[in-house]
Order: sequence, then C-alpha cells, then structure tokens
Amino acid sequence: MSAEQKSPQQSAIDELYDEAEHWNLNTGEETIHAKRMGGTWRKIKWLSASVWILLFIVPYLRIGDRQAILFDIPNRQFHILNMTILPQDFWMLSLLLLFFALLLAVSTALVGRVYCGYFCFQTVWTDVFTWLDEKLEGTPPKRRKLDKAKLDFTKFRIKFTKHFIWLLISVLTGISFVAWFYDAYDLWSDIFSLQAGSTAYGTIALFTAGTYVLAGYMREQACFWLCPYARIQGVMVDNTTLVPTYDFKRGEPRGRIVKGQSEDERTTGDCVDCKQCIAVCPTGVDIRHGQQEGCITCGLCIDACDLVMEKIDRPKGLIRYESLDVLEGGENRPLFKRPRVWVYGLIMSVALAGIGYGLSTLDALELKVIHARQPLFVLLSTGSIQNKYTLKVLNKMTKDVPVTITATGPEGLILVDADGIIAKHGKVTPRTVFLRVPKSNLKGENTPIIFQVEGEMSGEVFMGTRMSVFIGPKY
Amino acid sequence: MADNNPYPGENNTGHIWDDNIRELDNPVPGWWMIAFWASIIFFFGYGVLYPMYPIGQKPTQGVLGWTQIKEYQEGLDEVMAVRAEFENQLKEMTAQEILANPGLADYTEASVRVLFGDNCAPCHGGGGQGGPGYPVLADDDWLFGGTVETIQQTITMGRKGIMTAHGKILSDAEADKLVDAIVAGDPQSDPNFLQKGCIACHGMDGKGMQMLGSANLTDGIYRFVPGEGQSIKDSVKQTILHGVNDVTDPQTREAVMPSFGDRLSKDEIKKLAVFVYKFGGGQ
Repeated sequence: MSAEQKSPQQSAIDELYDEAEHWNLNTGEETIHAKRMGGTWRKIKWLSASVWILLFIVPYLRIGDRQAILFDIPNRQFHILNMTILPQDFWMLSLLLLFFALLLAVSTALVGRVYCGYFCFQTVWTDVFTWLDEKLEGTPPKRRKLDKAKLDFTKFRIKFTKHFIWLLISVLTGISFVAWFYDAYDLWSDIFSLQAGSTAYGTIALFTAGTYVLAGYMREQACFWLCPYARIQGVMVDNTTLVPTYDFKRGEPRGRIVKGQSEDERTTGDCVDCKQCIAVCPTGVDIRHGQQEGCITCGLCIDACDLVMEKIDRPKGLIRYESLDVLEGGENRPLFKRPRVWVYGLIMSVALAGIGYGLSTLDALELKVIHARQPLFVLLSTGSIQNKYTLKVLNKMTKDVPVTITATGPEGLILVDADGIIAKHGKVTPRTVFLRVPKSNLKGENTPIIFQVEGEMSGEVFMGTRMSVFIGPKY
Repeated sequence: MADNNPYPGENNTGHIWDDNIRELDNPVPGWWMIAFWASIIFFFGYGVLYPMYPIGQKPTQGVLGWTQIKEYQEGLDEVMAVRAEFENQLKEMTAQEILANPGLADYTEASVRVLFGDNCAPCHGGGGQGGPGYPVLADDDWLFGGTVETIQQTITMGRKGIMTAHGKILSDAEADKLVDAIVAGDPQSDPNFLQKGCIACHGMDGKGMQMLGSANLTDGIYRFVPGEGQSIKDSVKQTILHGVNDVTDPQTREAVMPSFGDRLSKDEIKKLAVFVYKFGGGQ
C-alpha cells in the first residue's frame, strides 16, 4: 500500500506502531523520556501543580510592618496573618499533623495516590523540568538522540541552557523556602551582601542541590526507591478505591490492528497494543499490568489511550478511573459501608475542631498559675491561711504592658505582692504572689480561686483568666 | 586431626572436626588490620598527650597537662563568670537593698536554693514548711523577729530557746486550766498566767517578746507541733510542765538552731536571709 492510498486513520495508526518500539518498561537503567500530550488530566495536573506557585509568592505578602506568614524560629514565634503563635500553642501543631496524615489516608482510600500524581513536589518539579526538556531538546526521540550524540557546540549550548535554567529554578526554590522563615525582603538583600548567616545559606544550598538532583536526575527513581509515602499509600488502597485502571475485559486479548480487516471480523480486544500508555507514563510503568508500585495515578495514560481510541473509532475509557470491584462486574460499596472513610473523616473533624478551638481562644494575654507545693499553706499570726502561687504572665503583644492581677474567691481574700507587674512582650513574666483568706471563711480543704490578668494596649483591653485552688487545713 | 587432608589446596590448617568443619588460614580483612594498627598508634599517642604510665610515685603527666580537676575547675569558672556580674553587685548591698531590687532578688532566690537545700532544708523543709520539732519559715510568726536583718542574725549566730520547766510549781489541774486559756487564745483569762510569772517572758498580753525569743501564745501557731497521738492541748501542756532546753528536766523540749557564721560566708548568709524572707513571712 503506497503512502497516497492510506486513509488518515491508517497513517495515524502506522505512526503509533512506528514509535512503539521505543516505549519500554522502566527498569531504572535508562532515563525515561516520557511523551507529552494534551488532554483532560493533563490540564487538571497543571491546575493542581499551580498550587505550588504559593511557595514563591506568599513570603512577599505583608500585613502592616511584618510578613503576613513568617515562621520566625530564632524568636520562637510563628506569625500567620493576624495571629501570633508562640511555643505555648504548639499542641495545635500535633492536631494539624494528625489532620494532614488522615487527609492523606482518606484521600488515598477514596482516589488512590492522588497526592503523588497531582500535588507532590517531586511530581510537580519533575514535570516542570521535563517540560523544559521538551522545549529545549525536543521530542523524546530527539532527546534520546541528543543524549547519544557526541559533544559538539550545539549539544553544549542546549545542555548548558537547560542545566542553567534547572539550577535557576532550584536556587529560587531554595530561597523561596527560606523566605518563609526569614523576612523575605531582608533575605534577598542579605544574600547578596553576604550577611544571611550559615543556616540560611546552608538551607538554600541543600534545597538547591535537592531540587536539582531529585527533579533533574532522580525523578521517578525517587518515587520508586526513596519515598516512604509511595509504599504507605500503596497499602491504603482497597477494592473500592478509584484508580486509573486498564479495562482488561474490554482490552484483552490485545492485538495490533490488521490492515484491511473490518471491525466485525476482529477477534482481538479493544487494546491495539500501541504502547502509548507506556510512552506518556512519567514513571515508565505499563498500566495494563494493573495497579503497581510505580503508578502515581496521574491519569496521563488515560489521556493517551482516549486519544488513540478516538483515532480508531473505538469507545473511550479503555483506561479510566475505576475501582477493582466495578471492573470485576460488582458494584461500588456505598460510602456508609466503608467505615475506613468515615472513621478517618471523624478523626479529621475532631482534629479540625481542636485547631478551631485553639485558634479562637488564642489570647493576647495568657496567665498560668502554679500553686506552691511545699508548704501547701501556712497559718499566719492573724488567723489567716496563706497560699503561695507562681504566676506566669504570657504577653503575645508587640509591646511591654503593665498588667493588673486580680483574684476572686472566698470572702476576705487578700492578694499580696501582685502590684507593678510589667508583662514583657513575646515572653513569659513570672511573679510570686500570696493569697490570704481568714481561716473561718474557708468551707473545706480546697476552695476554687480565679485569677485574672488585665492589660491595655492602644486603648484595647486584653484579659486572661485561670482557675486555681486555695488549700487550707483539714480541721 | 586428620593425617590425610581430605580438602587439599584450600589453605586449611589441618584441623578438621566432624568430617567437614575446617579451620581455614585466611588473612585478616584489610579494614580490620587498619583499625588494629590505628588503635596501637592511638594508644601511644594517648600516652604522650594524657596522664597514663604508672612510673614512679606519679604517673606520667602527658604533654597537654590535662587533669580531671582542672577540667572541673574550668567548668566551674565558666559558671562563676556568668554569676560574677550579679555577685559583685550583691557584695556591696545589704539584704534590705537586695529585696528592693526585683531582678537581684530573683537572682538571689535562684542561686542560693542549693545552699538552702544543703544547710537548712534538712530541718526546715525545702519550702520552709518546717518539720516535726522544727519551726516553719514560711509563716509570719517569728520567735526572734522576721525582718531580713534579724533572719541574717539568726543564721549567723544560731538561736537557743529557753523556758524553765513549770512542773514543780503547777499542779496538774492548774496546768490544764492554763492550757485551756492558751489554746482559746486568751492566756490572760487564767490568773495563773500572771501569778506563776508567765508574763515575765510572754508579756502581759501573752504575745511574746522577740528580744527574748518567747512565743506569741495568742495566735494559735505553736512552735512545737503535737507529736504522735497528742492533741494540741497535750503538746502545750508538755511544754509548760517540762520547759524548753531546761537541763534540770529530762523530758524538756529541745530547740537549738546551730550557728552558721563559721560554716558560711557573710555573703552566703545574706543571700540565705533574702531567700528565707521571700518564703512569704518576712516582715
């Protein structure tokens, strides 16, 4: 059959088979040059990846005279928008970590390794780096040819440009990460005036090297051999999880299109064995073998297969997001019969509620009260009982504030030595105070006491209260 | 040992057990030999640098001149250098002045805690809560006075309570009546308080005299807490009948605080006085 006689459909198929020999399974020995093609999932992938733009721009946003989000480690305080979080509030971090750990678990139970495929920095940075490959060196066959070619001026120019841009992105990644912990504008001037300090330079160097090596060279090998989450998530998937799946019932037995054969005479399944699904896979796996450790569920094979099915007029969705249960002819279990999902969800909402409670009760002034244990109380010559307390006043405001301490409790209560406390900003100010109560006014051994701290800054009054106990004799 | 080696050509030593377990004569691994020689070099190097060989009266001293006690002293000097800034200020100040300066008072409290634990806490408790037979330091009832200067004097000189035994001049019934009046907080209501001479030391109003170290009998705070199975009244009666530190009475109360003037420096005592004052009973 000469070229002139070919139908457009036939020539498209021939092209596919011509390049099919290039697409091999990833055994780790060769650099994967994945084919890039458009499609629905490709678009979604770009959108989800763009979340990472925040890493680069957020540090430059400011509220008043400080960075909107700044994790100020030297001064032991985190600034998040209008909130200041001190080490005392760090219990919320454990809830936040719990929330994200379970978010990973619940999303994996529902839609597999969606984090790996769409959000993971390894995936995203690798995607950007390979996009540069494509732009600078051309399609995968060209790239392979260039890799094998002798080093001449053209190769050197192309490679130099690529590595230069890679490094530029890597350095920018490092600086942007550090900018979350270091005033972003100061950071740039400090970097160039060599005053940024060894921690900042060290971290930037580490992230530069990490980005360059992991996204430039390690790529899918990091997912295979380095990443623990890849393994953890692999076991969190079950029969009801939606993952990119090759419909083997429809596809098998796979077979190449036989020229001139009509659809009715066909004995093979829908899969034409064009290997486009392997071609586009960033980790170089063959999805037709089913779910496997290398699959990051990015959906690019779905795009590739749909495109081929469109060309040869067979229904789309030979590879699609589907659960194993449905594929094997069953039905998806309804959500209420999947306790894993809603138990995870329940724990997540508890964690969220805890964080919400913590954030809504963040006070500008906080009071901690420690009752002296030795002695618990003493009898005074006036007939009163005296208790000793150490007060710790935490001031989260930006200025030192004079505070008044008051205590409410049984009748005749006297607070001693609580005058003239100045709460230092961003610090805990301790003070030892005494409470005296006439013995006759005490009803029992333990009497509840409420301490209150009150301070004023720029016309606004801030308060904090704390329960404690007044201890008296047994008789 | 087998006479005919059944495993020729594999450099075994000829020691063969159970037909097939042989001892081979393989060389030691290279890394092991490196470590071995390195340890020997280390051994001699260490001996040159640090005290080691027991030759003569004293072992060799090592060229670095390192000793354990020197290292300890250096650590101590480091701490002392940090403290010096405060300690130098304290030297020039009276206890009263230290109390007036919140920063220095806090430093004093923090730095002298160990000294209090070593010297005072065995009797008076870690928080000044007192102990059976030993006075509470955290309350405001002071036998000899609660100003910081008096406390300083008490620590320096020590104290010894004196009260004669009254068993010979009081009948049992009279003693009981007197005890009732004292525990009710009104010793004057019993005529014997005046007639038997209690007022000589405890004052007309029974509130004690700090010059003499006599107790306030009206405030319900007792120097001697009741012993096992005793009521407060039993305990007060015991003190009246047998006295305090009365050598003529074998059942007398013992109440001696030793002097610390010889054991502690003036500055240490000054700091301790501030510490005791801040328990909450200082006046």
